[in-house]
Amino acid sequence: MTRFILSRVGFGLLVLFLLSVFVFVLFYVSPSDPARIIAGDKATEELMAQIRVKLGLDQPIYVQYLNFVGNLLRGDIGFSYRSGLPVSDLLYARIPVTMSLVFGAVVLWLAIGIPIGIASAKHPGSLRDRFGQGFAIVGISFPTFVLGMMALFLLYFLPTKAGVTLFPPGGYVPFAQDPLGWAWHLILPWTTLALVVAAVYARLTRGQMLEVLGQDYIRTARAKGLTERRITYTHAFRSAMPPLVTQLGIDIGLMLGGVIVIEQVFGLLGVGSLAVTSVAMQDRPVVIAIVLLGGVFVVVANLVVDLLYAVLDSRVRTAAR
Amino acid sequence: MSLSTSKPPAPRLATPKTAAIAARNAADVQLRGSWSLTFARLRRDPASIGSIAVILLIVAFAIGAPLVAAWTGHGPTEQFRDTGLSPSGIPVGPSAEFLLGADQLGRDVLVRLAYGAQVSLLVGVVASIAASMIGVVVGVVAGFFGGPVDTVLSRITDLVMSVPFLLCAIALVAVLGPSLPLSIAVIVFFSWTGLARVIRGQVMALRHREFVEAARSLGASRTSIMFRDILPNLVVPIIVYTTLMIPSAIVFEATLSFLGLGIVPPTPSWGNMLADAANGSLYLIAWWMVVVPGGALLALTLAFNLLGDGLRDALDPAASKGGKGA
Repeated sequence: MTRFILSRVGFGLLVLFLLSVFVFVLFYVSPSDPARIIAGDKATEELMAQIRVKLGLDQPIYVQYLNFVGNLLRGDIGFSYRSGLPVSDLLYARIPVTMSLVFGAVVLWLAIGIPIGIASAKHPGSLRDRFGQGFAIVGISFPTFVLGMMALFLLYFLPTKAGVTLFPPGGYVPFAQDPLGWAWHLILPWTTLALVVAAVYARLTRGQMLEVLGQDYIRTARAKGLTERRITYTHAFRSAMPPLVTQLGIDIGLMLGGVIVIEQVFGLLGVGSLAVTSVAMQDRPVVIAIVLLGGVFVVVANLVVDLLYAVLDSRVRTAAR
Repeated sequence: MSLSTSKPPAPRLATPKTAAIAARNAADVQLRGSWSLTFARLRRDPASIGSIAVILLIVAFAIGAPLVAAWTGHGPTEQFRDTGLSPSGIPVGPSAEFLLGADQLGRDVLVRLAYGAQVSLLVGVVASIAASMIGVVVGVVAGFFGGPVDTVLSRITDLVMSVPFLLCAIALVAVLGPSLPLSIAVIVFFSWTGLARVIRGQVMALRHREFVEAARSLGASRTSIMFRDILPNLVVPIIVYTTLMIPSAIVFEATLSFLGLGIVPPTPSWGNMLADAANGSLYLIAWWMVVVPGGALLALTLAFNLLGDGLRDALDPAASKGGKGA
């Protein structure tokens, strides 16, 4: 068990290492010159040379990389080329927005997707199943930004034009300041994200439940006279859970990248929109930090999944020894 | 040992119905190849037929883009600031002159939609085929050789899967500059992993089967066994997965273009048309700018997803449990 966890942690560190090398080399070969970005168009060669020395950009790439990693381990992510602010400050300001978005969306998509999947699996081929399957395929096909724009048009713009304000056009209110306003501002982005992802869960749950419900121990449970509800939720759903947990780990891990488009559509100033603006302005330290943060997200989510697996499924415990 | 690995036969196999079917088949013996059976099944599925029709329609629309341009008299990047924009600079809606409205520069949305369809289809199909080729090769090699080869290839697959792909894609595109080939390359790089995993699993199940042993005892080379003996057994997952990869590649491209990192304007793509609509929330007063490309995007991805599902049911009826009746 310990060995299993250690090997997963090792793999996670490998992912982060390769990711950091990737972004580093990427920017090293980039034609854009950070000194030019910092000093502006009219800067003299001399000034730019000074800036390069100050940032250590005159050093060979491996020295730059080692310096970067050394600083990182001491908790120093560097400074933005554009604003001169510490990257960590920029991230701290943005992370709550993205976290709020991801948190609400995860709760909603599980609450929508799993019941639809279970309802479908209980009566395959029924009308209810067809509706569930239809929902799933439309959801899977819908690009999030199109759904988001349509939601804003139908639920914000048209009602507001008619004189009824149902939802705000976007923006963010901190939870600590006004919990209701927080939820009210996030409900459209949450729903947009959740509907698209819930479709995946509805399908996955349906497939898993169909497989489990056909097994002998379910027949045994039925023969014992257990209620259908008990069989579905306690016996069958529990066995159907591991693949859902895996999928959830993957999805939460990738969410930091996945929310970029939603943040753009709803004007939320989260990590994703910071990534887009930093990329457009070639703000190297910020982009590197966000990509690595995205990597940390994925790695941690995967680790949690591995641990949960070991708890949920005793076969993993024995196999991993 | 080998007995325990094969699945037990499904219960309720011998019903009076199967006997009736057997009798009917005996009366009307007609050999039908698996392809003709597949097409017959596909033809009975209205969703598949509908989606094939939609896809063909959009393909025709894309190929006929120059005709659409000639017929309307509007080029894809031509700006009609006098007729396409109202005096206050707001794009005009659908009218006789602009059937699907105009955009913020007074360009014809219909014509741009047709040219944008070329981009979406090209990226979707090319990227999916390339990604599925990589996935198949990696999966077959990993599954067939096993051991250290499998470990290395599987780790690489895991590695690519644990990369936050949209973040990396935007970093990559930002540094190298947006272009069509780069968009395709990025999509391919992040899309092959799912198929590789599926194929690897299938090959591992197949590689100890008798027909592989037979080929080996006849002196066939490993390459020949992998690609002449094993590969034909994998046609079903390859076709289904490749079809299902197309809509995600199309959405991926549209997302990149939407973020300004895909197709370079003024060349139209559905993604950058939607970006134009989102810019300054223009779509709130010019709804056709989002409904037209957004609807087209949805129709195309939905069609490919439905077709993929239909193909799965038609190619492998045993795998589809319950769901649709046979």
